[in-house]
Amino acid sequence: MSALVLRELRLAATGGSFLLPVIFFLLVATLFPFAIGPDAPLLARTGGGALWVAALLAALLPVERLVEPDRASGVLDQLAIRGMSEESIALAKLAGHWLSFGPPLMLAALPAAALMKLPEDVLARLELGLLAGTPGLAALTLMTASLTAGLRGAGALGGLLMLPLAVPILIFGAGMGDPVAGVGAVKLLAAASLLLAAIAPFAAGAAIRAARD
Amino acid sequence: MTAAALLRLDKVACIRGGRLLFEGMDLVLAAGEAAVATGPNGAGKSSLLRLAGGLLRPAAGGVARPAKAALADEGLALDPKLSLGRALGFWARIDRADAAPGMAAMGLAALAHVPVRMLSTGQRKRAMLARVVASDAGLWLLDEPANGLDAEGLERLGAAMAVHRAEGGAILAASHQPLDLPGAQVVALG
Repeated sequence: MSALVLRELRLAATGGSFLLPVIFFLLVATLFPFAIGPDAPLLARTGGGALWVAALLAALLPVERLVEPDRASGVLDQLAIRGMSEESIALAKLAGHWLSFGPPLMLAALPAAALMKLPEDVLARLELGLLAGTPGLAALTLMTASLTAGLRGAGALGGLLMLPLAVPILIFGAGMGDPVAGVGAVKLLAAASLLLAAIAPFAAGAAIRAARD
Repeated sequence: MTAAALLRLDKVACIRGGRLLFEGMDLVLAAGEAAVATGPNGAGKSSLLRLAGGLLRPAAGGVARPAKAALADEGLALDPKLSLGRALGFWARIDRADAAPGMAAMGLAALAHVPVRMLSTGQRKRAMLARVVASDAGLWLLDEPANGLDAEGLERLGAAMAVHRAEGGAILAASHQPLDLPGAQVVALG
């Protein structure tokens, strides 16, 4: 199990999955002020939401790399014949995927918040929200990647599948920016994220099994 | 019907893509025994191996496989960027085994530092077989193991299979080419 998580991290490091979401996230944070204009109060008010959209799309980036190469090259079959359940494989992939994009994104949020002129308290809530919300995003990406493994055009289809399901995370995540409603939002965000992370190994495991038949 | 059977298929039927490939298949492999599935393309040879390995569920009948199984099919399942030694080492760690004897048996010891993506077709086949040899599985499932192997590779494959059977293992292979498996049952499909 730990060997699998380490392998996921190694694949992420050599395949660019560490850097790519971070660069994408920072790119959005750079472009957004250009589009809105240098109006600091407006940026501070809208920046948190924009960063959440960026985080959501950044989580979706590795959707084609997460499961499909392992299915095509027979890694999933080799693990299954060794008696490893598809659920354990999915859990290892979930852990590996979150570790490769959640913490790096939280680090990238620091310069991104500076670009958006986010106040310190909003930044603190954004970081807390990313900590609570990124496991849910990782779970959604994993489920989408497992469902679309073996299909052509999986990337575009993955976006269509995943984005509607990510709406609760987006709403509660962006809602944390509000100092009054933020406390309730973080609880709901954590709940939504926990639910997704809890069902992901089973849903992704079933999808991997179904793709084999 | 010995108690030591490593694989037992009982009236197994296989349906793939709505097509019945075979039914009523009985097969028992005890320690030291081997079977070769033959038949035209699409007859269900690979499906038989995947059924035996538990990767497919039979449409009818039962599959009993008390032994651990190792599969060598068309899936390389080695990370292309790693060196061959490290890529095989990953599977050896999962198998709690040592990759070196398998690599030596298939003549790959000198290629341990070569990245997997640089290997030729025959070397890839040898690598897949080395993973099977290195595992401590009792049942070997070999899908076209002779494909792409040169004369020396075939000789090494024959020797490895003989050692495995002598140590009480069993082999189920699917092949178009004659394999060096003396006394093997023939399972004719299609």
